[in-house]
Amino acid sequence: MSEHENHPASQQSIRAEAIESLLIEKGLLSEDAVDEVIVQYNERVGPMNGAKVVARAWKDPAFKLRLLTDGTRAVEEFEFTGGQVEKLVVVENTPAVHNVVVCTLCSCYPWAVLGLPPKWYKDPAYRSRIVREPRRVLAEFGVQISSSKELRVWDSSAEIRYMVLPEMPSDSESTSEEELAARVTRDAMIGVALL
Amino acid sequence: MSTELSGITQPPMANGELIFEAPWQGRVFGMARALSEAGLFSWNEFREYLIKAIAARDREAEGDYAYYDHFLAALETLLADRGLVAPEPLETRCAEFRARPHGHDHGSE
Repeated sequence: MSEHENHPASQQSIRAEAIESLLIEKGLLSEDAVDEVIVQYNERVGPMNGAKVVARAWKDPAFKLRLLTDGTRAVEEFEFTGGQVEKLVVVENTPAVHNVVVCTLCSCYPWAVLGLPPKWYKDPAYRSRIVREPRRVLAEFGVQISSSKELRVWDSSAEIRYMVLPEMPSDSESTSEEELAARVTRDAMIGVALL
Repeated sequence: MSTELSGITQPPMANGELIFEAPWQGRVFGMARALSEAGLFSWNEFREYLIKAIAARDREAEGDYAYYDHFLAALETLLADRGLVAPEPLETRCAEFRARPHGHDHGSE
Protein backbone atom coordinates (compact mmCIF):
# COMPACT_ATOMS: atom_id res chain seq x y z
CA MET A 1 0.00 0.00 0.00
CA SER A 2 1.60 3.27 -1.00
CA GLU A 3 0.63 6.22 1.14
CA HIS A 4 2.27 9.57 1.42
CA GLU A 5 3.22 11.52 4.50
CA ASN A 6 0.40 12.70 6.74
CA HIS A 7 -2.15 10.46 5.13
CA PRO A 8 -4.33 9.31 8.06
CA ALA A 9 -3.92 5.60 7.28
CA SER A 10 -0.19 6.00 7.15
CA GLN A 11 -0.20 7.72 10.54
CA GLN A 12 -2.26 4.86 11.96
CA SER A 13 0.08 2.26 10.54
CA ILE A 14 3.05 4.04 12.09
CA ARG A 15 1.32 4.19 15.50
CA ALA A 16 0.42 0.52 15.28
CA GLU A 17 3.97 -0.39 14.32
CA ALA A 18 5.39 1.81 17.09
CA ILE A 19 3.16 0.20 19.72
CA GLU A 20 4.07 -3.28 18.52
CA SER A 21 7.79 -2.54 18.51
CA LEU A 22 7.66 -1.12 22.07
CA LEU A 23 5.68 -4.10 23.35
CA ILE A 24 8.11 -6.52 21.71
CA GLU A 25 11.11 -4.69 23.22
CA LYS A 26 9.54 -4.98 26.65
CA GLY A 27 9.03 -8.69 26.13
CA LEU A 28 5.25 -8.33 26.49
CA LEU A 29 4.49 -9.54 22.99
CA SER A 30 5.93 -11.52 20.11
CA GLU A 31 5.28 -11.07 16.42
CA ASP A 32 4.32 -14.72 16.15
CA ALA A 33 1.66 -14.35 18.82
CA VAL A 34 0.01 -11.61 16.79
CA ASP A 35 0.10 -13.68 13.58
CA GLU A 36 -1.29 -16.66 15.44
CA VAL A 37 -4.29 -14.70 16.74
CA ILE A 38 -5.36 -13.57 13.30
CA VAL A 39 -5.28 -17.10 11.90
CA GLN A 40 -6.96 -18.60 14.93
CA TYR A 41 -9.69 -16.00 15.10
CA ASN A 42 -10.68 -16.62 11.52
CA GLU A 43 -10.89 -20.34 12.13
CA ARG A 44 -12.89 -20.00 15.31
CA VAL A 45 -15.30 -17.15 14.70
CA GLY A 46 -16.79 -18.65 11.56
CA PRO A 47 -17.65 -22.11 12.91
CA MET A 48 -19.00 -20.53 16.12
CA ASN A 49 -22.25 -19.65 14.35
CA GLY A 50 -22.78 -23.22 13.24
CA ALA A 51 -21.92 -24.45 16.73
CA LYS A 52 -24.68 -22.29 18.22
CA VAL A 53 -27.16 -23.72 15.74
CA VAL A 54 -26.13 -27.27 16.61
CA ALA A 55 -26.32 -26.67 20.37
CA ARG A 56 -29.82 -25.21 20.11
CA ALA A 57 -30.98 -28.14 17.99
CA TRP A 58 -29.69 -30.52 20.67
CA LYS A 59 -31.51 -28.66 23.44
CA ASP A 60 -34.71 -27.70 21.67
CA PRO A 61 -36.54 -30.46 19.73
CA ALA A 62 -38.93 -27.95 18.10
CA PHE A 63 -35.99 -25.94 16.77
CA LYS A 64 -34.32 -29.13 15.58
CA LEU A 65 -37.41 -30.02 13.58
CA ARG A 66 -37.47 -26.55 12.01
CA LEU A 67 -33.75 -26.81 11.27
CA LEU A 68 -34.03 -30.18 9.53
CA THR A 69 -37.14 -29.06 7.63
CA ASP A 70 -35.80 -25.72 6.37
CA GLY A 71 -32.25 -24.93 7.43
CA THR A 72 -32.16 -21.50 5.80
CA ARG A 73 -35.23 -20.26 7.66
CA ALA A 74 -34.29 -21.82 10.98
CA VAL A 75 -30.85 -20.20 10.91
CA GLU A 76 -32.45 -16.78 10.27
CA GLU A 77 -33.67 -16.95 13.89
CA PHE A 78 -30.09 -16.24 14.96
CA GLU A 79 -29.62 -13.04 12.96
CA PHE A 80 -26.01 -13.84 12.16
CA THR A 81 -24.09 -11.03 10.57
CA GLY A 82 -21.64 -11.63 7.78
CA GLY A 83 -23.95 -12.50 4.98
CA GLN A 84 -26.81 -14.38 3.51
CA VAL A 85 -26.94 -18.13 3.76
CA GLU A 86 -27.71 -19.79 0.45
CA LYS A 87 -30.16 -22.64 0.70
CA LEU A 88 -28.89 -24.48 3.74
CA VAL A 89 -29.74 -28.13 4.22
CA VAL A 90 -28.89 -29.65 7.58
CA VAL A 91 -28.44 -33.42 7.67
CA GLU A 92 -28.62 -35.28 10.95
CA ASN A 93 -26.19 -37.90 12.20
CA THR A 94 -27.92 -40.73 14.05
CA PRO A 95 -26.80 -44.09 15.43
CA ALA A 96 -27.77 -45.54 12.01
CA VAL A 97 -26.53 -42.82 9.64
CA HIS A 98 -23.35 -40.81 9.31
CA ASN A 99 -23.25 -37.80 6.97
CA VAL A 100 -20.29 -36.09 5.40
CA VAL A 101 -20.16 -32.99 3.20
CA VAL A 102 -18.05 -32.26 0.14
CA CYS A 103 -18.13 -30.05 -2.90
CA THR A 104 -16.88 -32.20 -5.76
CA LEU A 105 -16.89 -29.36 -8.29
CA CYS A 106 -15.14 -26.63 -6.39
CA SER A 107 -15.35 -25.61 -2.75
CA CYS A 108 -18.95 -24.56 -2.05
CA TYR A 109 -19.27 -24.29 1.69
CA PRO A 110 -21.86 -22.89 4.12
CA TRP A 111 -19.59 -20.04 5.16
CA ALA A 112 -22.32 -18.07 6.91
CA VAL A 113 -22.48 -20.80 9.55
CA LEU A 114 -19.03 -22.37 9.29
CA GLY A 115 -16.73 -19.50 8.32
CA LEU A 116 -13.91 -20.25 5.92
CA PRO A 117 -13.42 -23.75 4.57
CA PRO A 118 -10.30 -25.54 5.77
CA LYS A 119 -7.54 -26.05 3.20
CA TRP A 120 -8.17 -29.75 2.82
CA TYR A 121 -11.83 -29.11 1.88
CA LYS A 122 -10.62 -27.50 -1.35
CA ASP A 123 -8.10 -30.24 -2.01
CA PRO A 124 -8.87 -32.27 -5.18
CA ALA A 125 -7.93 -35.48 -3.35
CA TYR A 126 -10.58 -34.95 -0.65
CA ARG A 127 -13.17 -33.90 -3.21
CA SER A 128 -12.82 -37.03 -5.30
CA ARG A 129 -11.87 -39.62 -2.70
CA ILE A 130 -14.62 -38.84 -0.17
CA VAL A 131 -17.12 -39.91 -2.83
CA ARG A 132 -15.19 -42.99 -4.02
CA GLU A 133 -13.95 -44.32 -0.71
CA PRO A 134 -15.61 -42.36 2.10
CA ARG A 135 -14.93 -44.92 4.83
CA ARG A 136 -11.23 -44.93 4.10
CA VAL A 137 -10.99 -41.14 3.92
CA LEU A 138 -12.89 -40.81 7.20
CA ALA A 139 -10.56 -43.35 8.78
CA GLU A 140 -7.67 -41.11 7.76
CA PHE A 141 -9.40 -38.32 9.68
CA GLY A 142 -9.52 -40.70 12.64
CA VAL A 143 -13.22 -41.49 12.29
CA GLN A 144 -14.14 -45.15 12.13
CA ILE A 145 -17.60 -45.76 10.68
CA SER A 146 -18.69 -49.36 11.10
CA SER A 147 -19.85 -51.14 7.97
CA SER A 148 -23.30 -51.57 9.49
CA LYS A 149 -23.78 -47.81 9.55
CA GLU A 150 -25.12 -46.08 6.48
CA LEU A 151 -22.79 -43.40 5.11
CA ARG A 152 -24.23 -40.52 3.11
CA VAL A 153 -22.02 -38.12 1.16
CA TRP A 154 -23.61 -34.77 0.33
CA ASP A 155 -22.30 -32.84 -2.66
CA SER A 156 -22.65 -29.09 -2.16
CA SER A 157 -23.30 -26.74 -5.02
CA ALA A 158 -23.66 -23.02 -5.56
CA GLU A 159 -27.37 -23.42 -4.80
CA ILE A 160 -27.38 -25.85 -1.88
CA ARG A 161 -24.98 -25.92 1.05
CA TYR A 162 -24.97 -28.79 3.51
CA MET A 163 -24.11 -28.84 7.18
CA VAL A 164 -24.01 -31.89 9.42
CA LEU A 165 -25.89 -31.93 12.71
CA PRO A 166 -23.57 -34.13 14.77
CA GLU A 167 -24.81 -36.56 17.42
CA MET A 168 -24.85 -35.00 20.87
CA PRO A 169 -22.07 -36.37 23.10
CA SER A 170 -23.73 -38.86 25.46
CA ASP A 171 -22.30 -37.24 28.61
CA SER A 172 -23.83 -33.82 27.96
CA GLU A 173 -27.54 -34.19 28.79
CA SER A 174 -27.45 -31.61 31.59
CA THR A 175 -25.02 -29.18 29.93
CA SER A 176 -26.17 -25.65 29.01
CA GLU A 177 -26.65 -24.62 25.40
CA GLU A 178 -23.65 -22.30 25.58
CA GLU A 179 -21.37 -24.99 26.98
CA LEU A 180 -22.59 -27.42 24.36
CA ALA A 181 -21.82 -24.93 21.58
CA ALA A 182 -18.23 -24.73 22.82
CA ARG A 183 -17.85 -28.48 22.25
CA VAL A 184 -19.02 -28.43 18.63
CA THR A 185 -16.16 -28.37 16.17
CA ARG A 186 -16.02 -27.26 12.58
CA ASP A 187 -14.92 -30.71 11.44
CA ALA A 188 -17.90 -32.35 13.16
CA MET A 189 -20.23 -30.07 11.19
CA ILE A 190 -18.54 -31.13 7.95
CA GLY A 191 -18.81 -34.74 9.06
CA VAL A 192 -15.13 -35.63 9.28
CA ALA A 193 -15.07 -35.75 13.09
CA LEU A 194 -17.22 -37.15 15.88
CA LEU A 195 -17.88 -35.44 19.19
CA MET B 1 -17.90 -16.83 24.74
CA SER B 2 -16.04 -14.06 26.50
CA THR B 3 -13.88 -13.27 23.47
CA GLU B 4 -16.86 -12.30 21.37
CA LEU B 5 -17.15 -8.82 19.91
CA SER B 6 -20.75 -8.18 19.04
CA GLY B 7 -23.18 -5.30 18.79
CA ILE B 8 -21.36 -1.97 18.68
CA THR B 9 -17.96 -3.66 18.98
CA GLN B 10 -18.52 -6.14 16.12
CA PRO B 11 -15.56 -5.91 13.73
CA PRO B 12 -16.18 -5.62 9.97
CA MET B 13 -16.58 -9.10 8.50
CA ALA B 14 -17.49 -10.73 5.20
CA ASN B 15 -17.92 -14.39 4.38
CA GLY B 16 -17.40 -15.12 8.04
CA GLU B 17 -13.91 -13.67 7.83
CA LEU B 18 -12.50 -10.55 9.42
CA ILE B 19 -11.88 -7.77 6.95
CA PHE B 20 -8.74 -5.74 7.33
CA GLU B 21 -8.45 -2.87 4.91
CA ALA B 22 -4.77 -2.49 5.67
CA PRO B 23 -2.27 -4.80 7.37
CA TRP B 24 -1.92 -2.50 10.40
CA GLN B 25 -5.57 -3.20 11.22
CA GLY B 26 -4.82 -6.89 11.45
CA ARG B 27 -1.77 -6.13 13.61
CA VAL B 28 -3.72 -4.07 16.17
CA PHE B 29 -6.46 -6.68 16.32
CA GLY B 30 -3.86 -9.41 16.84
CA MET B 31 -1.99 -7.35 19.44
CA ALA B 32 -5.08 -6.72 21.55
CA ARG B 33 -6.03 -10.40 21.52
CA ALA B 34 -2.50 -11.64 22.15
CA LEU B 35 -1.97 -9.25 25.08
CA SER B 36 -5.26 -10.27 26.64
CA GLU B 37 -4.44 -13.95 26.14
CA ALA B 38 -1.11 -13.28 27.84
CA GLY B 39 -3.08 -11.91 30.80
CA LEU B 40 -1.98 -8.26 30.59
CA PHE B 41 -5.62 -7.21 30.63
CA SER B 42 -8.91 -9.01 30.31
CA TRP B 43 -10.81 -9.00 27.06
CA ASN B 44 -13.75 -7.41 28.86
CA GLU B 45 -11.56 -4.54 29.98
CA PHE B 46 -10.42 -4.00 26.43
CA ARG B 47 -14.01 -4.13 25.23
CA GLU B 48 -14.95 -1.38 27.70
CA TYR B 49 -12.24 0.84 26.21
CA LEU B 50 -13.41 0.00 22.71
CA ILE B 51 -17.02 0.85 23.52
CA LYS B 52 -15.90 4.21 24.95
CA ALA B 53 -13.73 4.98 21.93
CA ILE B 54 -16.53 4.14 19.49
CA ALA B 55 -19.10 6.10 21.50
CA ALA B 56 -16.83 9.16 21.57
CA ARG B 57 -16.34 9.29 17.82
CA ASP B 58 -17.29 12.35 15.80
CA ARG B 59 -19.71 10.84 13.30
CA GLU B 60 -19.64 13.81 10.94
CA ALA B 61 -15.89 14.16 10.75
CA GLU B 62 -15.45 10.42 10.45
CA GLY B 63 -17.29 9.80 7.18
CA ASP B 64 -17.03 6.04 6.66
CA TYR B 65 -17.03 4.13 9.92
CA ALA B 66 -13.37 3.83 10.89
CA TYR B 67 -13.68 0.81 13.19
CA TYR B 68 -9.97 0.12 13.46
CA ASP B 69 -9.10 3.76 14.18
CA HIS B 70 -11.22 3.40 17.31
CA PHE B 71 -9.74 0.00 18.00
CA LEU B 72 -6.25 1.47 17.87
CA ALA B 73 -7.24 4.42 20.07
CA ALA B 74 -8.77 2.04 22.62
CA LEU B 75 -5.64 -0.09 22.72
CA GLU B 76 -3.39 2.93 23.04
CA THR B 77 -5.39 4.37 25.94
CA LEU B 78 -5.58 1.05 27.74
CA LEU B 79 -1.82 0.46 27.37
CA ALA B 80 -1.13 3.98 28.67
CA ASP B 81 -3.51 3.57 31.63
CA ARG B 82 -1.79 0.31 32.53
CA GLY B 83 1.65 1.83 32.25
CA LEU B 84 2.56 -0.75 29.58
CA VAL B 85 3.25 1.77 26.83
CA ALA B 86 3.50 5.36 28.06
CA PRO B 87 2.49 8.19 25.68
CA GLU B 88 5.95 9.79 25.56
CA PRO B 89 8.01 6.82 24.42
CA LEU B 90 5.24 6.08 21.95
CA GLU B 91 5.43 9.57 20.41
CA THR B 92 9.21 9.29 20.28
CA ARG B 93 9.01 5.97 18.48
CA CYS B 94 6.39 7.31 16.06
CA ALA B 95 8.64 10.26 15.26
CA GLU B 96 11.57 7.88 14.64
CA PHE B 97 9.49 5.78 12.29
CA ARG B 98 8.18 8.85 10.46
CA ALA B 99 11.75 10.05 10.00
CA ARG B 100 12.83 6.83 8.33
CA PRO B 101 14.24 7.37 4.88
CA HIS B 102 11.99 6.63 1.97
CA GLY B 103 12.13 3.08 0.78
CA HIS B 104 12.31 1.46 4.20
CA ASP B 105 10.48 -1.79 4.69
CA HIS B 106 6.80 -0.91 4.46
CA GLY B 107 5.88 -4.35 5.69
CA SER B 108 3.48 -3.23 8.37
CA GLU B 109 1.46 -0.75 6.34
